[in-house]
Parts: sequence; structure tokens; C-alpha cells
Amino acid sequence: MYDITIIGAGITGTFIARELSKYDLKILLLDKENDVSNGTTKANSAIVHAGYDAVEGSLKAKFNVQGNKMYDEVCRDLDVPFKRIGSLVTAFNDEELDTIQCLYQRGLANGVPDMKILSKEEVLGIEKNLKDTVKGALYAKTGGIVGPWELAIALAENAVENGVELKLNSPVTDITKTSKGYRVVAGEKNYTTKLVINCAGVYADKIDQMVNEPTFEIIPNRGEYNLFDKSMGGLVNTVVFGCPSKMGKGTVILPTVHGNLLLGPTAADIDQREDTRTTFEGLSAINDHAKETLKEIGFQDVITSFSGIRAKVDTKDFIIGKAEGKVNFINVAGIDSPGLTAAPAIAEYVVDLIKESKETLGLAFGENKDFNPRRKPSIHFMDLKRSEQIKLIKKDEAFGRIICRCENITEGEIVDVINRKAGATTLDGVKRRARPGSGRCQGGFCGPRVMEIIARELDLDMKDVVKDGKGSYILTGETK
Amino acid sequence: MLNYEIVVIGGGPAGLAAAIEAKKNGAEEILVLERDMELGGILQQCIHNGFGLHVFKEELTGPEYAERFITELKAMGIEYKLDTMVLEVSKDKKITAMNREEGMLSIQGKAVILAMGCRERTRGAIRIPGGRPAGVMTAGTAQRFVNMEGYMTGKKVLILGSGDIGLIMARRLTLEGAEVLGVSELMPFSGGLNRNIVQCLEDFDIPLYLQHTVVDIEGKDRVEAVTIAKVDERFKPIPGTEKRFDCDTLLLSVGLIPENELSKSAGIELDRITAGPTVNEAMETSIEGIFACGNVVHVHDLVDWVTEESKKAGRNAAKYVAGELGGSEEKISVQGINGVRYVVPQEIRPENLSGKMEFMMRVDGVYQNVALVAKNGEEVLRSVKRRHVAPGEMENLVLDFESIESKDLKNLTIELVRQEGA
Repeated sequence: MYDITIIGAGITGTFIARELSKYDLKILLLDKENDVSNGTTKANSAIVHAGYDAVEGSLKAKFNVQGNKMYDEVCRDLDVPFKRIGSLVTAFNDEELDTIQCLYQRGLANGVPDMKILSKEEVLGIEKNLKDTVKGALYAKTGGIVGPWELAIALAENAVENGVELKLNSPVTDITKTSKGYRVVAGEKNYTTKLVINCAGVYADKIDQMVNEPTFEIIPNRGEYNLFDKSMGGLVNTVVFGCPSKMGKGTVILPTVHGNLLLGPTAADIDQREDTRTTFEGLSAINDHAKETLKEIGFQDVITSFSGIRAKVDTKDFIIGKAEGKVNFINVAGIDSPGLTAAPAIAEYVVDLIKESKETLGLAFGENKDFNPRRKPSIHFMDLKRSEQIKLIKKDEAFGRIICRCENITEGEIVDVINRKAGATTLDGVKRRARPGSGRCQGGFCGPRVMEIIARELDLDMKDVVKDGKGSYILTGETK
Repeated sequence: MLNYEIVVIGGGPAGLAAAIEAKKNGAEEILVLERDMELGGILQQCIHNGFGLHVFKEELTGPEYAERFITELKAMGIEYKLDTMVLEVSKDKKITAMNREEGMLSIQGKAVILAMGCRERTRGAIRIPGGRPAGVMTAGTAQRFVNMEGYMTGKKVLILGSGDIGLIMARRLTLEGAEVLGVSELMPFSGGLNRNIVQCLEDFDIPLYLQHTVVDIEGKDRVEAVTIAKVDERFKPIPGTEKRFDCDTLLLSVGLIPENELSKSAGIELDRITAGPTVNEAMETSIEGIFACGNVVHVHDLVDWVTEESKKAGRNAAKYVAGELGGSEEKISVQGINGVRYVVPQEIRPENLSGKMEFMMRVDGVYQNVALVAKNGEEVLRSVKRRHVAPGEMENLVLDFESIESKDLKNLTIELVRQEGA
């Protein structure tokens, strides 16, 4: 019997799993997909927000500001790309100048440090490519960018290293109450557990309703993005938000931690929870915003377009807490923006919540003496010093062979991410961890090579190597 | 530090021809660096025939065409390194490369020839909406899987873009038992060779939908259906013209881009239209002693022209190393205008002009009964009639500078002129 079962290995599930792995507990982390971080976590704005957006007193405001402060340490421990580059909310007219004043005041109320209203000249001093019709901006020094799936993957890896059991390909189909807790049916297997934590993202309401009366409903909301080649990454230096309006938070222009340029997102409620298609209208809208904000932008350097689904709820705030009348079922639902930023603080809060009832639950919560906050360092060959590169190739020839020609990723790095805990088993899984195929050719050259390496390392047939989800096969057979 | 007279980056048709020609013209120490596991470049996956009609006066397959050069290169004792990736080229011709066996390599060349070829445009570059399932791939990637690795990439296939690789793959996949439902082309004309339209589509009754583009891709894990629609003159899809195809694969053949990341890192000037280095009559880039040839300069239609152009680069690199290439500052620009999208070379130095000089170019649309007219200022130097020109086929024009009376060259232009009474 497990002490705690976490359903969903996105950013909140993995943060909670890793936080719980500090204790001597038997923990199960389930995900329906064949990789961690394969839902909302893999397609979002990748921003660590300062915390002036959410309404004062909301859970969003509280956990955003707390979570932001926790990012330096966790990203350092887990060797995850994170850059505190600051953020701007731009104002192009008087009404927007008023709005950024409101945001500034709200930020103060929420406890956001290091904010400043900038003059036109100051804004253009930071962002010379903005149109000079800009009138001012709200600057927040603590805004940042992170690799969201890298973080969730690192958290899962570290959690597993510290004793958490991760089961992928395990969609939860039923939960029933037992005398000691619950029986969870996932991937046709039965697991018994004392406590369930529901981190199921866009399916959180479905999971909740397997044992509880309906109290909330997830409204899937899609955001579309355009990602540009690295040659465009220097167009902005900070996270540049458009001014929020009744329409939403505003479109963002930002560099990614890997030096690409990201534009997005749109916001549209949709019917199907995993309908990640992009549309002409959506992509045109975000491009139009960029044209209105920047002096010049060319769209020939877009390398990919994608969309992500946010798990919105109608209360517009996070739902975090025990299900009504139960100490052994915790919902962590409605985690849309600023969910990524808030996740580390949410994890601590959830653990405290469980500790409150530890006697009732029969959980000792002893310390995990073997807990190691650091994971095995990841290898980024091209970022190493020349002397270290030479040493590494001497140790392992695979680091001498470039597989991805756009990003200069070596075979050694690809083999490493396949063989780690919570390692990659798919083409996109390798891409999310080591980045082959993330460049301008989008895997045209390296795709077949990466598939060969996956097949070799995991002892699979080439035809069984998939792009991403279970049914995303690439090859349909052999030639005549 | 390794030292060579000439370092050739890329062992495809361009690099091979350049290296061989450099050796024939007196260069001794030549090194070819190839990132793939064998020489020959993309020719190795082009197992169809039609290569070599101009160079060898016979029809060869891609691998056969490559083999002739590889055999010659080896017989001449030209050095090459396989599975070797060039990471950087500096403007003083120092190259950083690496491979499994030797690790990091520093190589100094007296001259460098850039022959990196091109890559395919991807889905992102053309902004196709819809889902992102498996089964959407470039035609060249599919060609590699089918022809070199022995795997099929789909059973029911739609192709977007009528570039040559897409057309060739329409035939290839049909012969392998797949059902090719059609080819959708955004423009009112094909971007490929006419002979490929006939031999790869018409002969197999595969429909070509001109002025159509993809408006939706369905499928979560694997492609389940693709919808195309007719577009207006501004390339906007026209509502009500949608056609939906049940299929598991969408191949993209939507253009090629010269691969110039190394050129950029060296600070070489690129032409906005070709996306390749601007070159002079010697195929020399904006950096003295760094030459470029083949698809890295501009995308060619036939490998035969790549070979010819690369020989020129090889010959001139050898001359440069021997100190025999004139490096005068006097330059005359060559421009394509009025229907001619670009001309290669983009500039010429009168000092180095002797005898005949070939200019390569592409036109911007399909035209009948036109003339390609080369002018020096207002003075017509040569006019050549063409019954039919199209963007998919490269045009050439030869000027004989011995017979050109005017020695006072100012700037050269090449343009399309409609013929009277046509």
C-alpha cells in the first residue's frame, strides 16, 4: 500500500512528488502519458511571473509571489535553465498608463519587490526594438524565464532518485474508497493508497468526481504560440507583456532560456481537453500584436507554432485543498497562469496540509535521510569549455559525434537523457531533454538518427519508436 | 593545428567537384570535411535517375553520379574526414571541427570552400494551422527513410508543395505501395521541373491542386485527415473550397534554404534573395579566400549545374592559393531586374574576366516567348530568346567578354523582355 498517490506528473505533480520525497514515505506518481510533463507543462509561456497580476488576497497572488522567490534555489539544485531577466508591461496610451499604475499598486499589495514605473526613455533604454510610441511600462526585476518541461522532468528525475515510484502510461480510470484509503485503477493495474493528490490538470474535475460530489468544472482554454529561430532571440531582453485588458493578460514577447523568441498566447475556451491545434486566426492575432509593439519583425524565421491547454476554472483562482469532508483526498486544480511560478509554493503548502492530518492518515512523516536535493548534472556539450569538451570526448567517443546539426547536440547527450531516471523513450521526449530537433530544421536531419539511438538504447524495433504520445508512430512498415 | 591549402566544408556534389577541380589546378593539400557517414551528400538518397545529362551526357541515378566523383577524389588521393561536424569557421580561415575518433580539431586553411548545401523548409516556416501529430514530415526526410533506411513513412499520403523532392516522392511512395492522394501547390505553377510533373504525377494519375494550401491537420497522435482549400491572389484560403483527405501522412516539399549558419558566424555577406553568400566571378564570398559553391550559394534545379559552378570555385581557390587570382577593388554589380529574381554571381571584377562567363538566374513567374536581356547600363550586351521560362527551372546566360566591345563596364543587369507579337 502506498502512503500517497499523486495523479498527474506535470509541474504541480512533480513539484509535490519531489517535496514529499524529503520524507520517509511510500509515494506513487502516476501519469496517463508515456512521459512526464506532457500536458500543459510542455506548452506554455515559460514565464516566472513577478506577481502583480493576480487579485490581492487570492491563492494565485500568494503562491505566485512565494513561488517566484523559490526559483533560484530549485533551478540551481536541479540544474535547470532559469534566468531572472525582468519583465515589462508596456503602455502605449493614457488608458494603459492607468492600467500599469493599477498593476503597480496591486503588486505592492501582493508583496512584489523591485518594481518601478518606467518613462518612455527608460523603456526604450531597455528595449530598443519597441516602437517609440511606447509611453511607459511597469518594470519588475523579479520576472524571469525558465524551461518548464526541463524543470518538471528534473523534478521527476530527482523525486525518483529519492525514492518516488513513477508509473507512466497509467491513466486513472477508477478510484474507489476503501477502509484504509483508496483503490486507484490506473493502466489496468490496482494500487492501494492512504491518500490521493489530484494534480490531473485539464482532467482534474474528472478525477475529483470519481469519489467526490462535483464542486468545480475545468474549462479547457487554449493558447497559441509562435516560436522563432535563435537568430531572433535578441529582439527583446526582458519579458515584454502587452497591457492587459478585458480581453486577458495581454500577449507576450519574450526570449526563451535557449535564446529563441516566443510570441503568444491567444486565449480561447474550447470543447475538447486536448485539442492542441493551431489556427490561422490565432497565429495571425499574435503576429499582429508583435507588429504593433515592435519596430520590425519578420515572420520568415518562425520555426514552429504550437498551442497549449490551460486548466481554467470559473472561480478564476486556484483550487487547492482537501475535498469536502475528506482528509485523504487533496485537489490541486485550476492551475492555470501563474501555475508554473506558483508550483514550488503550492507543493510546500500541500505538504503542510497533509502534515496537519498526519495522525489521522497514519503517516509518520519521518525524514528521508538519503534525500539529495541535487540531481546528476545534465550535460550541455556546447556550453562546456574547450578543455572539458576534449576531456569528455576522450572519456566517451559518443560526445564527439554531433547528431543535431542545428543545435550541435552530441550522441553522448542523447544517450544520457535516455538512460536517466524518468528518462526519455520518445523522439519528443529526447527533444525536450536534450534539444535535438528544436532547431531550425525541426528534426529533418537528426530525427532518423535519434530514432536509431532510442531503438538501440531501449532495445526497441525502429518501427516502435514514437514521436510523442503512444499512437504517434513515425514508420508504417518496411519497404518492398 | 592542422594545416591545408584548401579546406572544403561539405562532401556532397559541390564539395567533391570543387576539391577535384582544385587538385587538377595545382592545389596539393586539400581536406574535405563531411558531417554524414559517407561522401555524396543528398545524392545518396536520390535513387531515381535523371542526373548527369549535361555533365556526362547520360542518365545516372544520384548514387551513381556521386560515385563517379567519389572514385575520382579517392584516386587523386584527396584527404577527407567523415562524420565530422564543422562547428565554426573564422574570417581568417581557421576551422573548428569534431568527430568521434579525433575529438576536437583545429584546422587552418589558406583558402576555404563552403559547400554545405541546403536544408528543407519546415512546417513552421509556412505556418500551417492544425494539430501536430506524427506523420507530418519533409519530403527529404521521408526520402531518406524510404531509400536509405528501408522504412515506409505512410500508407495514404498527401503532399504539400510541388518542389522536385515532393514530386519524386509522390512517384517513389506510389511504387512502394502507398496511396498518394494528391499534391497541393500554393502557387499557380509548380516549383519543380516540368519533366517531374509529367513523369511523377501525370504518369501515375496523381492530381496536382494548384493554388491550394493546407488549412487543417487532424489527428492527436498520428495524422488522420488533412484539409486543403483554394487560395485567392493574396494566398488567403477561400471559404467553401475545402477538400478533406483521409490520410496518415502529410509530406512537405515547400522549398529549400541554403544552409549558411557557418557563413554567418564567419561574417560573410549574404544575399537577401538567394539566402546564400554573395559571390564574385571567382565564386569568392565577401571574405577574401573563402569561396562558396552549389546549393549553399543558391538552390539549383539540376546537380549538373552544381558541378559546373563548383568546378569554378575549386579552380579559383587553387589560383588564390597560388597567388594568381586578381584581388582588385574594382567591382561591377550584376543584378536581376524585371522578372529576374536574382543573378549569380552578384558581382564581377573586370580584371579577372577573360572569355566566356556564365550567369545563373531564376525568374519570378511563368512566361512564354520572352528574351533574357543583359545590359551594361542602357547598352544591350546580349539578348537570348526563351520560349518558356518558369521559377522551377534555372536559367543561364553566357556573356563573352572577349567579344564585348565596350570595355567600360558600369553595372550589369539581366532582365526579362516580352517578345513582340508573342
